[in-house]
Amino acid sequence: MMKLQEQDYNERFDFKLWWEIFKFTYPMKKSVALLIISMVLVAVIEAAFPLMTLYAIDEFIYKGKISEVPKFILLYAAMVVMLSSNIWFFISIAGKIETNLTYDIRKKGFKRLQELSLSYYDNKAVGWLMARMTSDITRLGEIISWGMVDIFWGFTKMAAIIVVMLFLDWKLALISLSVIPILIFTSLYFQKKILKEYRSVRKINSRITGAFNEGITGAKTTKVLVREEKNLEEFTDITKGMRAASIRAAIFSSLFLPIVLTFGSIGTALALWFGGIEVARMGITYGTLVAFISYTIQFFEPIRELARVFAEIQSAHASAERVMSMINTEPEIKDSALVIKQYGDSFTPVKENWDTIKGDIVFENVSFSYNPEEPILENFNLEVKAGETIALVGETGSGKSTIVNLACRFYEPTKGKIFVDKVDYRERSQLWLQSNLGYVLQSPHLFSGTIKENIRYGRLDASEMEIIRAAKLVNAHDFIMKLEKGYDSQVGEGGGLLSSGEKQLISFARAVLANPKIFVLDEATSSIDTETEQMIQKAISKILKGRTSFIIAHRLSTIRSADRILVIKKGEIIESGNHQQLIKMRGYYYRLYTNQFIEEEGKRLLEI
Amino acid sequence: MKNIKQLWNYLKGNRSRYFGALISIGLATLFSLAAPLIIKTTIDSVIGDKELQAPKVIQDVIVSIGGVEALKDKLWIPAIIIVAFAIIRGIFLYFKGKWSAEAAEAVAKTIRDQVYDHLQYLSYDYHVKAETGDLIQRCTSDVEIIRRFLATQSIEIGSALFMLLFTIYIMVPMDATLTIISMSLIPVIFVFTVVFFVKVKEAFKLMEEAEGKMSSTLQENLTGLRVVRAFGRQAYEVDKFDEKNIVNRDLTYKLIRLFAWYWSVSDLLSMIQMGIVLTTSVYWTYTGRITLGTMVVFNTYVGMLLWPIRQLGRVITDLGKAMVSLDRIGEILAEKKEKMEEKGENPKIKGNISFKNVTFEYEKGKPVLNDISFDVKEGKTVAILGPTGAGKTTLVHLLARLFDYQKGSIKIDGIELKEIDKKWIRKNVGLILQEPFLFARTIKDNIKLGRVEAEDEEVFNVAKVAAIHDVVLDFDKGYETLVGERGVSLSGGQKQRLAISRSLIINCPIIVFDDSLSAVDTETDAAIRSALKKRRNKATTFIISHRIATISEADIILVLEKGRIVEIGNHNELISNNGLYNRIWKLQNLESNILEKSS
Repeated sequence: MMKLQEQDYNERFDFKLWWEIFKFTYPMKKSVALLIISMVLVAVIEAAFPLMTLYAIDEFIYKGKISEVPKFILLYAAMVVMLSSNIWFFISIAGKIETNLTYDIRKKGFKRLQELSLSYYDNKAVGWLMARMTSDITRLGEIISWGMVDIFWGFTKMAAIIVVMLFLDWKLALISLSVIPILIFTSLYFQKKILKEYRSVRKINSRITGAFNEGITGAKTTKVLVREEKNLEEFTDITKGMRAASIRAAIFSSLFLPIVLTFGSIGTALALWFGGIEVARMGITYGTLVAFISYTIQFFEPIRELARVFAEIQSAHASAERVMSMINTEPEIKDSALVIKQYGDSFTPVKENWDTIKGDIVFENVSFSYNPEEPILENFNLEVKAGETIALVGETGSGKSTIVNLACRFYEPTKGKIFVDKVDYRERSQLWLQSNLGYVLQSPHLFSGTIKENIRYGRLDASEMEIIRAAKLVNAHDFIMKLEKGYDSQVGEGGGLLSSGEKQLISFARAVLANPKIFVLDEATSSIDTETEQMIQKAISKILKGRTSFIIAHRLSTIRSADRILVIKKGEIIESGNHQQLIKMRGYYYRLYTNQFIEEEGKRLLEI
Repeated sequence: MKNIKQLWNYLKGNRSRYFGALISIGLATLFSLAAPLIIKTTIDSVIGDKELQAPKVIQDVIVSIGGVEALKDKLWIPAIIIVAFAIIRGIFLYFKGKWSAEAAEAVAKTIRDQVYDHLQYLSYDYHVKAETGDLIQRCTSDVEIIRRFLATQSIEIGSALFMLLFTIYIMVPMDATLTIISMSLIPVIFVFTVVFFVKVKEAFKLMEEAEGKMSSTLQENLTGLRVVRAFGRQAYEVDKFDEKNIVNRDLTYKLIRLFAWYWSVSDLLSMIQMGIVLTTSVYWTYTGRITLGTMVVFNTYVGMLLWPIRQLGRVITDLGKAMVSLDRIGEILAEKKEKMEEKGENPKIKGNISFKNVTFEYEKGKPVLNDISFDVKEGKTVAILGPTGAGKTTLVHLLARLFDYQKGSIKIDGIELKEIDKKWIRKNVGLILQEPFLFARTIKDNIKLGRVEAEDEEVFNVAKVAAIHDVVLDFDKGYETLVGERGVSLSGGQKQRLAISRSLIINCPIIVFDDSLSAVDTETDAAIRSALKKRRNKATTFIISHRIATISEADIILVLEKGRIVEIGNHNELISNNGLYNRIWKLQNLESNILEKSS
């Protein structure tokens, strides 16, 4: 049972959290410093332009120093060149910081995902993890880098304008700037509100996508149940909600701009009014008045940008928390420091210290539970000799898979011990055991790439000959050669270009190539045609030879050929023995077997 | 052109709003251009001593308050006018935002509803073959593109054009030559923007591809988690992901670099333009050709124009997208709907069914069902047995009019099936599909899907019949448990059993099990069948199954092969035949055989 955990994160500003993310920029501290310098320069130059106008008006128009014009043009051109090259520079460098930052966080996240125990994945959908690793991290990278841009630019520009205005005429400056507190306050209020509204729009939007998805994939069911009108009714309810929410969001943003523009215009009006009086009294020059008017207009932009950035940082809080909690999760199954020192970790193994595995496996009083109230195994004991084939039979939820997962050390016992070759497997590294493991899943998983690459996954240094030999051993060679490009044929995403039988055979070849001492087969109940099934059957018997194997079995032929069959019910072995012994007992296994037999034979007769 | 007409139709009922929005943006632009004029007048004629140049109305107003001289002591008046104009402009901006959102959202809603409903009524066959991902893409992203076009992009185009027109209109009378100088680089900036955004598309595509590759590597790693662990390939996977991560990083960086060029060059061009205006106008003010106020107006206007011009370049390159999206949605709507004749009959159905020489083919000349004839009395059970592809499913689909037969006749209670209203017959034929679809809602709501008004008691009853009641009670939230993506994932057998209860609750006179117990184990299968028998109001039942025990209990057994009935009769009659049925039946009694095989 899988449940999605979609916690509600509160949205205050968590300084520690953001600092932790910001620390990812540490290796790029030089770039960060350059970026800051560049942003300050951009802001200062921008703030200086109205001064140029001021100078031009006062010096050229009123004082007539026309001979200075070439110098003026030169200075103006220099500023323009400086500014645009700085713009080029800061975008490039912020881009570098952004991309490196996302790269680093992603790399760290991916590595952590490789270390986390399987139990971590039990209650998380792949889609959930994907969203953390893709869109959430992208968002963090953008906010850190471009947020820095806007913050440094915004504050510097505001400061520069204030300083210049105060310097030109401090009284007029104070009067014109009196609207700033209101501007800041309303900007912050609206930006937060707008983001919140758009978030609810996005939420409804994903419901619409869900409804379309359901409507399309469930169309046949809809027809059969004659649900068309009801469905449309429910759907229009959602789209109505969408329309209302979108309009509400749009109205908020349409209110924002007029309101702040109005407040801004009050600043301009004040400058014109009091500045005009001053000009008439010869208190200030015309140039100063014009500069003041431009400054009051320009002032609004940094405020708006800063308000937006802060609102965005706040709304990205959830992304930040989710990403960091993923990266900071400690794996449940960890090799001890001592073990790592001796045998290496999962990324840098010290193979020369590894013992060769024989394949004896012993469960000693093993208990296991996902949560304490529902024990799955209690005091479970099992002894498997090297080379033995064990078939596990029982209903879904009986505990078969748990036994296998414990043997593979995908989970560790909550109580008791498991020995591999007479040593507690916790005294060896995980990689040691798992490198000696062959694992074939119910629905075999292939990676996109060629057939050859997929088989080679079993042993990375295998030669071409060895790959072909492995494929031949499991009877995959013939069908591979029939493909246009043979071993170089693409398998498609998830192996989608191959039939499930073919995928099965390739996953066998991959396992054979790894030459594991312990083999686990989670058998499918899937409908494969008889011919392929026979090929698979033959392949299985070849693979099992000489390896300790656990099979979660469904096919009679596999079960029959096992050395020992364990019938598992509620975490206990209720029947154990080989096929003949169990048939004679006339118990659970007998019933299961006869039913299955009739079913399989019946199907076979109906297959033409 | 066809698309524009289509869009025009969608705007029905909202056209006045949309035009209101366009007019509002025009007026807002006008008022934003007025502020610099007030500043000009104030600087030139109120503070300064230039002669007042203004339309007569304004002149009159000024004279009435005591002339320019009086204004000099009342500088708060132009100040208030500036604020008042800002407020008026704000009001228009607000209405532009409100009306364009209302119109665009209404259109988006219309398209969504229309496409959704249209999809529901496309034929069964269409949905068997449909490519879900592509359809969803069209229903969501394409609608979004159209919405955005209406809500913001078209308005932005309008805004830029108004701005251009109005500024030229105001500037030319002031000084035509200066106007030309002020606009000289604007075409260059516009063309540069268009060219850039066309070019950058390629880089965008490359980056998106790299992102996609990185995502699918990640996804494969996560879904293949156990394989990775079992082969101890963590280090290998880290390297593999790193490779894609690097490509993604580098291509994203490349794109940003392109934007660095774009912004710096277009800013450079803009500032050169502003520099040209500044120097020229300052010089001409010095020579007395223009006033200081005019100089301020020109400089302010050029600053105001540059941004919308750059936006215009970007929006125009995006225009094509909206047209393509309209096409893609049009394609869905062009698909023929299933005919739901309104005037079909709605007779009370009891469940007597008679097939007479029925033939059906999907493709001409390849009959899937050939000359099928049999009769069933109400309340009886028909079992259908046969190899894959024999036409079993098609036969029962004909009953629900998911397809219409070409030859022969099917009569229900004596009425020809084709005469009966499609929805009516489907309401009366409870067809349970082999791979049922559950909706993402609670278990209870899923069962009640076919009859929303059903009481809880009825829900529990049908769930008991389908042997799912106890399973449901085992869930933490019982019947309130969510199923599907965000809830529990059910096994195939559990889904089938829910689908059975969902059909039972409708109380159809005809029920069809299209291999709908295939994933249920044999013991549960038997329990469900015996519970069904105990129900009152027994329905006429069709069962497709490969389980001989299930089949053998039926009143009539049809054995189909290659679209024809090869054996028909009850169990006793068929075992005396030496056919397929007999062979399968024999397996049942082969206990000795089993023990033999096992040794």
